[in-house]
Amino acid sequence: MNIHEYQAKQIFAEYGVPTPRGLIAETVEEAVENAKELGGNIWVVKAQIHAGGRGLGGGVKLAKSLDEVKKYADEILGMTLVTHQTGPEGKLVQKVYIEEGADIKDELYLGVVLDRAKEMPVIMASTEGGMEIEKVAEETPEKIIKVAIDPTIGFQGFHGRELVFGLGITDKLEQRKFIDFASKLFKIYMDKDVELIEINPLIKTGSGDFLALDGKMGFDDSALFRHPDIEAMRDISEEDPDEREAAEYGLSYIALDGEIGCMVNGAGLAMGTMDTINYVGGTPANFLDVGGKANAETVAKGFEIILKNPNVKAIFVNIFGGIVRCDRIANGILEATKMVDVKVPVIVRLDGTNAPEAAEILKNANIDNVINATDLLDGAKKAVAAAKGEL
Amino acid sequence: MSILVNKDTKVIVQGFTGGEGTFHSEQCMEYGTNIVGGVTPNKGGQEHLGKPVFNTVKEAVDATGATVSMVFVPPAFVADAVMEAADAGIELAVVITEGAPVKDMMYAKMYATKKGMKTIGPNCPGIITADECKIGIMPGNIFKKGKVGLISKSGTLTYEGANQVCNEGFGISTAVGIGGDPIIGLSYKQLLQMFQDDPETEAIVMIGEIGGDLEIQAAKFIKENITKPVVAFIAGQTAPKGKRMGHAGAIVSGSAGTAKEKMEALEAAGVKVVVSPAEIGKAVKEVLS
Repeated sequence: MNIHEYQAKQIFAEYGVPTPRGLIAETVEEAVENAKELGGNIWVVKAQIHAGGRGLGGGVKLAKSLDEVKKYADEILGMTLVTHQTGPEGKLVQKVYIEEGADIKDELYLGVVLDRAKEMPVIMASTEGGMEIEKVAEETPEKIIKVAIDPTIGFQGFHGRELVFGLGITDKLEQRKFIDFASKLFKIYMDKDVELIEINPLIKTGSGDFLALDGKMGFDDSALFRHPDIEAMRDISEEDPDEREAAEYGLSYIALDGEIGCMVNGAGLAMGTMDTINYVGGTPANFLDVGGKANAETVAKGFEIILKNPNVKAIFVNIFGGIVRCDRIANGILEATKMVDVKVPVIVRLDGTNAPEAAEILKNANIDNVINATDLLDGAKKAVAAAKGEL
Repeated sequence: MSILVNKDTKVIVQGFTGGEGTFHSEQCMEYGTNIVGGVTPNKGGQEHLGKPVFNTVKEAVDATGATVSMVFVPPAFVADAVMEAADAGIELAVVITEGAPVKDMMYAKMYATKKGMKTIGPNCPGIITADECKIGIMPGNIFKKGKVGLISKSGTLTYEGANQVCNEGFGISTAVGIGGDPIIGLSYKQLLQMFQDDPETEAIVMIGEIGGDLEIQAAKFIKENITKPVVAFIAGQTAPKGKRMGHAGAIVSGSAGTAKEKMEALEAAGVKVVVSPAEIGKAVKEVLS
């Protein structure tokens, strides 16, 4: 689960990670009020969406008067912001964060993420703040300092020294401030079951202070049960409505841009099915894992969600029945076709326990658009042919 | 021979009396697995499925001599259960539970390693030595005895692969589902070495997916250490970047962890890489003839 910048900064503030002062607004009037309350004569108006690259997309503006705050808030609120992370459809901006202007001397990058190879968290820091960090990693990997931290000892002084010397911070007071900053960020990472925490840019001000100018945080979904405060920050308007609806029924769904709807049990086989469709010359319309307990209700829901996509020309149901017997699944599929009006051809491949009985059930049901397939390859080929109207 | 488990392996079940634990323990016992008891706190002294229940893993190990534990406890208690098993001298914990927090597994695995305990999973179908011992939730009937070892991050792809191998007239020595979480216990490298050392295994099927770099590490390892033929499939060639494909660890972040990069590394290591899981059976036939 991801949260907004302003929410990340609330967490930073709780832990004493310095940020510029700011206030969140949902209307233009609130935005102007916020600017007045913050005081000063320079403010930043920032669109709050779960995606990076907001500045380039026109979602971050520097305002030098209250009139400008009003003008920019009016422009940004309600706009559909398109960035390299939103996809071409963009995201609707419903909130703006009004922040006091900062005196930027240097822009750095600081992040904490799990190092899967080392199986421990790693702090990443770079002098190339404000740039896309993946680009830095690709073009100038030597400019990223990585310090892995064994969680059983936690953040120690030597970790901090590796960071500041690596970044070329020489002033002793600045070193202390940066190490304090990084250690607090690491504490947030551990305390809150964070998956990714990223500050880009982290700025050094003219007076040698470090401030989190941005904040991006994602959390381990499996650990949300012990963080009700984080769960409360969920903004469902940022999530794909179809993916969310599917999740409510225990289905894992991701829309793609092809023509063949897929319904599969198990995430690995679901990906393998998409790959096989591609292999035989078709294009998958979605990833859909119905989980280990495929029954009439979940299959019906799956059909419903798949068919919301107008590009779908055929559906490939690929189930490897293990503990759940195939004959039961076959009956479930038949029931589901009664619950949902499925107009496109449905290719069904059921393999595993009791597969011959299942094939018999489907055959006897004699439904025009339900086509039986003998194995994965056969099913994928039939689905591709059906999508082309050749079956 | 086989790897890790056989008909003599004594198994206890943590979370023995719960719904899932009961159902799958029963299935395992039917298959022939030597389940000698289970652990459910506060139910010690009772009997379940005809086997004794203990309050702690230590008591269970002392009383039964079990060396392997199958773990079915709810996600929030997985780390505790794994560490308890390690502390009690269990040699292998097979963790079926899905949805354990990553941080918990990070600590649990460190402790298990320190205690010399191996772990399989979490979020996996388990391990099966055909016709001898099933510790997990896979359908036992599709695994016919044979000479192909199988390692997979995915449950249903394990079944798909094993089924094809058996349909081609070969069989499975041992199949291990390692799980697709960001932190897992035994991985390709260790299991490849075990299959290399197992005289019964003549070929190895390795099924991976997008995310992380375990398959890349495996490719390097195969090049240097594995002389038996290996067939591999990597799921997620058509998966979009930045989207989590069901498994917690199955995500391409930036340009790292793509199927293409893994397939190329494996091919360069001399592995027979198939583009679709539908080709696994045929590829095994090819490398074995």
